[in-house]
Parts: sequence; C-alpha cells; structure tokens
Amino acid sequence: MSAIATITPPSERNLKNHVSLRQTLANTVTMAHRGLLKVRRTPEQLMDVTLQPVIFTVMFAFLFGGALAGSVQNYLPQLIPGILVQTVITASVVTGVQLREDMDKGVFDRFKSLPIARIAPLSGALLADTLRYTIATAVTFIVGFAMGYRPGAGVGFAALGGLLVIVCAWAISWIFAFFGVIARTAGSVQGISFLILFPLTFFSNAFVSPSTLPSWLEWFVNINPVSHLVTAVRDLANNGTFGADGWIALAGAAVIVAVFAPLTVRAYMRKA
Amino acid sequence: MTRSSEWAVEAHGLVKVFGDNRAVDGVDLTVRAGTVYGVLGPNGAGKTTTISMLATLLKPDAGEGFVFGHDIRREQQVVRQLIGVTAQFASVDETLSATENLMIFSRLLGLNGREAKRKTTELLEEFGLTEAAKRPLKKFSGGMRRRLDLAASLIAQPPLIFLDEPTTGLDPRTRAQMWDTIRRLVSTGSTVLLTTQYLDEADQLADRIAVIDRGRVVAEGTADELKASVGESSLQLRLSDPADIEDARRAIRTVLDVEAVVSPEGSRITAPMRDADTVTDLFVTFREAGIHLQEMSVQKPTLDEVFLTLTGHGVEDEKADEPSAEEEKVNA
Repeated sequence: MSAIATITPPSERNLKNHVSLRQTLANTVTMAHRGLLKVRRTPEQLMDVTLQPVIFTVMFAFLFGGALAGSVQNYLPQLIPGILVQTVITASVVTGVQLREDMDKGVFDRFKSLPIARIAPLSGALLADTLRYTIATAVTFIVGFAMGYRPGAGVGFAALGGLLVIVCAWAISWIFAFFGVIARTAGSVQGISFLILFPLTFFSNAFVSPSTLPSWLEWFVNINPVSHLVTAVRDLANNGTFGADGWIALAGAAVIVAVFAPLTVRAYMRKA
Repeated sequence: MTRSSEWAVEAHGLVKVFGDNRAVDGVDLTVRAGTVYGVLGPNGAGKTTTISMLATLLKPDAGEGFVFGHDIRREQQVVRQLIGVTAQFASVDETLSATENLMIFSRLLGLNGREAKRKTTELLEEFGLTEAAKRPLKKFSGGMRRRLDLAASLIAQPPLIFLDEPTTGLDPRTRAQMWDTIRRLVSTGSTVLLTTQYLDEADQLADRIAVIDRGRVVAEGTADELKASVGESSLQLRLSDPADIEDARRAIRTVLDVEAVVSPEGSRITAPMRDADTVTDLFVTFREAGIHLQEMSVQKPTLDEVFLTLTGHGVEDEKADEPSAEEEKVNA
C-alpha cells in the first residue's frame, strides 16, 4: 500500500492553531483556481458576461442615443462607461447566487474540515469572479468600439477605467456574497440583490444627466457611489484624468470590503 | 492544558440542539489511539452530529471534546490538521474530475505542485480510480465517489479518520473492498472512528463499539461484550393466543432467567438465549401451562435486537425527526 504510508504521530507534528497571511493567500489562489476549473466545465455560466453586455449596449445606445445626445454616436462616450459599470456590477450579483449554490454542495463540508484559512472558500470564489468582470469589461468595450466609440484618452486609459470598475465590482460582490451566505436559497439571493441593484444602477448618472431629474432624485443620484464610479470611468476613458470621483469610488469600495468581508466570513463561520 | 496522547478522542457530555430536538444529548466517548471505534445506531440517532462536532464542523452546545488532547473548540485549526473526514454524502466537487478534486485538496493542504501531482497519482492508483480520473464525477458510481472521498481524506495522512457510514448504499463487493481499505488504514497507525447502521460492520471492523440512540450512548464495549449483553442468539416466539403473553413472559423469567421483550405490535416475544439447552425446559413448561406456539425461530443478534434490549424500543425510522446535514444548513 504505497499511498498510505505510516502515520506520523501527533506529538511529532508541527501544529499551529492560526493561519498565516501567506497561507491565506495561497489557499485563496487555490480556491480561485477551483472556480476557474468550474467555469471551464460549465462555460454556459458566462452567458451573463458575454451576451448580456452586447444586448444592453446595443439596446440602450439605439433607444436613448437620439433622444438624449442627438445621435447614437454622440451618446456613446457617455453611455459606454455607464453601461460598463452597470453590467459589471450586475455580474457581481451572480457571485452571490453561485456562492449560495456552491455552499449547498457537499464539498463545502470538506473545506470546513480542512486546516485552511476560513475565508479562502469565499475569497477564492470572489477572486475567480474577477475573470467574469474582465470578460464583461472587454465585451462592453469591444461592442462600443464596433458601434463607433473611440475613447478620447486612448485605449490605455480606457483599460484603466475598466480596471477601476473591476476593482469596485469585486468590492461590491462582498455585499452579494453576504446575502449568498445568509440566504436560504439561490433564488432569494437573486431577489434581494436585484432589489438593491436596480435603484443603485439606474438612479445614477449612468444613462441620463442628473440635471434632468426632480431635485430629490438629483440629490440621491449625486451622492450615489455608482455615479462617482461612472464619472471616474468617463474621466479616465474620455479625458485621461483621475480626480475626486475616482478616489471616492475607491474609498467606497474599501469601506464596503472593510464592512462586508468580516460580516460575510462571520456568517459563513456561524453556518459552519 | 496537556493531556495524554493515549486517547485519540475524548468527549464528555457533548450536546447539540436543533430547535427543540436534542440531536445529541450528552454523549461520552473515548477512543484509544491506533484502534477502530464503531458508533452504531439507527438513522437520526445523532451519529453524524456527534462526528460533525468532533470534526469541528459543528459547535457543541455543551460538553467538551479533545482530539489527541487538543480542544475541539479552542484549538480547531490544530484538530483539523489531525483529522480526515469522509462524510455520509461524498464531499467532493461534482463538476470537477477526480484528478482535479485531489489536486485542489492537496494544494489546499500545502503540498506544492509536484508533490500534489504525485500524491494524486498514488491515491488514484490505490483506490482504483486511475482509469476514470479524467471524467467528471457526475458519471461516477456511488462506490467510486465514496472511494474518491476517502482518498481525499487521506492526502495529509491524518492520524485520526472519521468515516460516517462508509458503506451505506454500497453493494456487497464494494463494501468488502471498503472494509479492506479501512483495515489497512489501521495497520499504518491511523485511528478510525466510524459510524454505521450495521452490527456486522461494527463487528467486522471495530475494536470497541458505542451504541447510540436518541442522542445518548446506551451501551459501550467490545463487540463480544455487546452481543453477550443481548445473548449470543435470541429466541423468537409467536403465540397462538396473544392473551397468553404475560404467562409466557413469566415462564421465560423463571426458566431462562432472562427478561423477554414483547414486540411493539404485541404478538412476538423475543428472549435472549444464552444456553440453548434450557430452551427444552421452557417448551416443556409451555406445554404444561397450555401455552401454544404458532411459530418459533432462533435468531443471531441483529442491530434490531441490540436496540430492543438496550433501549426497550426497536429501530425506528427517525429520519423525519432529525434533519439531515443538508437540511440543518438551510434551517440554521
């Protein structure tokens, strides 16, 4: 019996009751790898970040372009960053839904019994999902490009804008991961998440100028962190600048992670 | 706190309550290192919940537990480095292949790429899964899944292995293979704590057995001791006239000097039979008393008998009472 060698007695083992940061990172990367392997097995999971951006970009451009900016062409510099933010944040909802489905499987019992960082099954899943956000970002820019959008500051700054969106979406995905952990079913995660998501993304400056709105709504749109993110991406992609809006978006992302990452891990541990 | 490492498991008064159901109600267990310990009981007796607490998957509501002297509450991470868990429902990733599963678990356990690959190949070979290694698990049979699950538990060569109903639902051949594997595990120095619903499985594998019912340990000892407590075999009688039951029990008490148990439906009497010779006397007594038998048989002890004798009630299907591991998660 080659695979089952003689057991090292517990007294001769080097046992630690804490997990080092290095091990946490290594565990996270392994769990992210697992997430990518799963995507390779079930590529249909990528529908929402491949087909959806195409449909939404084309739909909104032709629907609102003439009315809001005179022509589709003029609307694109305003719309593409907006639709990018909306698409990628919507994709982060799926993170919570899939996490719920995943946690219902037996393999999570094994993760809990392994001497690994407790956060790794969560952080790994969230890290793997940045691939989905990257795909969504690329698809949105490509569709925009095909429709005639040329980022004023060049492709490099547009990519930086995309990176900013991916980072923020990763942060926001902790909120949905929290719902994923506490909810009973995947369906209810989706329900709650969209309830939060629609006001946040539509009551922003993603599609229309806030000055056209009633004053109470304009007030909300202006403090909505999503608006700041959209403005920051527009600044980067169209003008090549990174100002206050960018910092506000990043600070908002940091706050979300600081609040929801511990909450999520604690809820996950309690379920464990 | 330093404790003797003679004991792989020490548990005192473990309690776990789900709602108003005391799934585990004060379980004491001590398992000597290097032995196989069987926890025997019907569905819903609290076996899985007990194992889940010892394996740090569930927090006990009361009581204390130690794995090789390490507290299961305060030193969870240490305990996890000493155990391997093979759950009732295979804890492997359905969407991935056997190789991918073992590679991921190996990497999580700190093996580097090359070591992980070697370990994976070894384990696949050992458990006869090499040919199916690349296929997704959805196409695996129950036995293959169970073997993969056990393989995954052995990556880190833990000194204590929990096996929750390792052969439930397996065909007799696969079951025999699983038994062989468990025996070889012990020969390498592992301690195995297994749960089972089958007396013969505990009999075949375990050095000591705890019988658990409704969240409590109702008997503990070697297989021989347990069987002796219910009689090597039992005498089963069905009377022609159920009205004679009390007389028959009295006769059994006087002649065989044992307490007979009447089955729940009230027509069957079961009595432990230590000495087959005395049964002749019993039948003579019956004839003299005018008690007529409709049917009689002798049965080797089964889990049913052990239960009937130890608890005064038979093996009931209590599935509905205790939520399964899956449901618990949803309800928690």
